[in-house]
Amino acid sequence: MVDFYLTVMRIAVAEQFQYRAANYAYTIGMIAEPVIYLVVWTTVADAQGGQVGGFTAGEFAAYYIVWTLVRTMNIVFTPYGWEERIRQGELSGMLLRPLHPIHYDIAYFAGWKLVAIVFWLPIAAVLSLIFRPQLEVTAVEAAVFVVAIWGAYLIRTMLLWLLGMVSFWTTRVSALYELYFTAELLLSGRLVPLALMPAWTLSLAELAPFQWTFSFPIEVLVGDLPVDRLLAGLGAQALWTAAGALGVALAWRAGVRRYTAVNN
Amino acid sequence: MPGPGELGRPFRLAWLSLRIGALAELQYRVNFFLQLLQSLIALGTALAVLALVFSHTPELAGWSPDELLAVVGVHFLIGGVSGTVIQPSMLRMIEDIRRGTLDYVLAKPEDAQLLVSVREVRIWQAVDLLVGAVVLGVAVARLEGTVGVWDALGFAVALLLGAVMLYCFWLVLAVGAFWFVRIEFIVELFEGVYQAGRWPVSVYPDWLRLGFTFLVPLAFAVTVPAEGLTGRLDAATLAAAAAFTAFLVAATRLLWRAALRRYSGASA
Repeated sequence: MVDFYLTVMRIAVAEQFQYRAANYAYTIGMIAEPVIYLVVWTTVADAQGGQVGGFTAGEFAAYYIVWTLVRTMNIVFTPYGWEERIRQGELSGMLLRPLHPIHYDIAYFAGWKLVAIVFWLPIAAVLSLIFRPQLEVTAVEAAVFVVAIWGAYLIRTMLLWLLGMVSFWTTRVSALYELYFTAELLLSGRLVPLALMPAWTLSLAELAPFQWTFSFPIEVLVGDLPVDRLLAGLGAQALWTAAGALGVALAWRAGVRRYTAVNN
Repeated sequence: MPGPGELGRPFRLAWLSLRIGALAELQYRVNFFLQLLQSLIALGTALAVLALVFSHTPELAGWSPDELLAVVGVHFLIGGVSGTVIQPSMLRMIEDIRRGTLDYVLAKPEDAQLLVSVREVRIWQAVDLLVGAVVLGVAVARLEGTVGVWDALGFAVALLLGAVMLYCFWLVLAVGAFWFVRIEFIVELFEGVYQAGRWPVSVYPDWLRLGFTFLVPLAFAVTVPAEGLTGRLDAATLAAAAAFTAFLVAATRLLWRAALRRYSGASA
């Protein structure tokens, strides 16, 4: 199993390293989103006399620059890819392997992360020079962050696998996906620090898994969470990963029975 | 070279091509409702974000909530134009270049740039045009002060110029496929950057504003038309937009010619 992971990760690194231009363009497209949010909220903070919801311009900058790394970690196999996996019969080959196909995705994208992080470093440096973040990090926070970004990666892998597997039942999925991504955008801290959201959405966010994939890892570094909250957060990530894995296992068993490899 | 009587020919050809594409898609009626649902979700998201921003501030860089609603409307309109014709045709071209099937386009006795630009239509994406128009209508109705004939005319011209500039921008991205084969990611790149147009460019710091004006013509495509409706547009800006459009059209034409020389066909 470890061997399998290491090998697939090595392949991913080798493969993705060839497509440097593609990886960079992809990263720039991704960077646009937080830069927009950052600029808008900095404008709001300036208009409100320097801060809004307890965030100053420098703290927004820190939030959204850490965001870019968390987002990089969050990129997993897209649910839109499932239609092709099913329609083209790609899944047939995956089913022949002795391991559950999710291991391949986890390993491949984990390997890709290593390349993506290398590409991310200069971008983060440039963003920091431009936007001057205020960031104080303790050793404990840094350690928890390193674990939390992989926790976020696992949770989002499970969630998007679940979403993608809807394609076993219907191909008209895009509206559902949009709805999901909207909910994620608003309830995860992806759009804006959760502290700036109206109070009633916060109770909604508490119930959803999304905040553990964006808000929590970012707040670990940017915020001032006490150690017990940090550990509780990692615990919540572990729970959601387990719940997601259970969901994936059940949906997979039901879905594969419906799979007929349309194109083969 | 077209003779004097054939000046309308490219337009007739484009219209015909678009009509055939639209007819093919019109068979799938349910897609209309799915697209409508999707557009409404996107609109809901945009409105939620606006509401959130304006719950913390009365105005953003001098734009009131209703004025920003107009920006959202224009963003939907231009996005609809892009999603209906430009993006599908450009993606088709990229695929054709990769697989060598661009041969079939080049073999036709018509201008290849015209043909690849109207090759594919996703007619249901035009729902975004509808949504954009409704949002604009609501925004204009809520704006203080009336929109005069000249404002409306300026808006219409700016919108047209914006659409043309966006087409040029897409073509510049897409001809990259002649050099780098793997460029599916430009969809992500485009959509990521296009989101920036949801806010008036005056929000952005200088260096970004320059980028969004000349590198990615978001300022001209979205902000300038919205300025037309909110009484901010002056003749000089409109003239600059026209000049820049003319420049882009000429430059993309040259780029297209240079790119075609790189193409080596199906057997390559």
